[in-house]
Amino acid sequence: MIGLGHYLTVAAILFVLGVLGIFLNRRNVILMLMAIELILLAVNINLVAFSAFLGDLTGQVMAMFVLTVAAAEAAIGLAILVIFFRRRGSIAVDDADRMRG
Amino acid sequence: MIALIAFYLFATLTIVPAVAVIFARNPVHSVLWLILAFFNAAGLMLLAGAEFIAMLLVIVYVGAVAVLFLFVVMMLNIDFASLRSGFTKNLPFGLIVALVLMGEMIVAVTAWEEGAGIGNAAPPPTAVPNIVALGELLYTRYLFPFELAGLVLLVAMVGAIVLTHRGRGDVRTPKVWRQNRRRPEEAVKLANPPVGEGMKL
Repeated sequence: MIGLGHYLTVAAILFVLGVLGIFLNRRNVILMLMAIELILLAVNINLVAFSAFLGDLTGQVMAMFVLTVAAAEAAIGLAILVIFFRRRGSIAVDDADRMRG
Repeated sequence: MIALIAFYLFATLTIVPAVAVIFARNPVHSVLWLILAFFNAAGLMLLAGAEFIAMLLVIVYVGAVAVLFLFVVMMLNIDFASLRSGFTKNLPFGLIVALVLMGEMIVAVTAWEEGAGIGNAAPPPTAVPNIVALGELLYTRYLFPFELAGLVLLVAMVGAIVLTHRGRGDVRTPKVWRQNRRRPEEAVKLANPPVGEGMKL
């Protein structure tokens, strides 16, 4: 029988993979954004699993909001990426040092 | 039994592509693996009974976000080989962080399962379909956050357009305010010229 633990385990593995992806691809912004999408997917799986196993639809509503924010984040992030590439000709994170941060 | 097999199939096909997303050499392949992971995550959510979220995942993520990623990856002419230079250098530290995080989550899940637990593991069978119930909740109790989500999307859309819009200097665009300001009185003149005299301008 599939339990809540199964879903939580899958989501935990996905989340950790997303974090690992951010650490491994430190220079490639596109892959970092994809890793963030993986993390948000893990969060969504958690929300849906809890919603299903607790018999409460609030989790699914929240999953929808997370989806909305993820879409907005991807759109803005990629727009910033495009103008950054236009100005600098590269998308390496190390090149984003104009503000001397 | 079939549900169990389906669960393990979807779970495996979600996690293996997720690994491939991180380790793929070509970012285009990464995006394609991401699409596969999203499809199978939608399957997982279908198994949990969340049909609407599953369909939303396919439509929004695969149909919009992943295609946006693909578009940007293909549009930008990037030397991806040089971007992977820090890969092996970051590998040990990244693995340590990932393992610590995984251990924490295992502890959390086992501790939670040892605890009081939830009352009923299976949701009570409901008469209304998932979409109807979700819609009722969304348009009553969560109406304000729902509207706010729409606002977030609007701001994101306007922001993305403003960020990437390029005003080109070599094109002549119509001046809309001048066109709108014109009135029929100053633009059109009615004349009734007599025969054989012609028109005076």
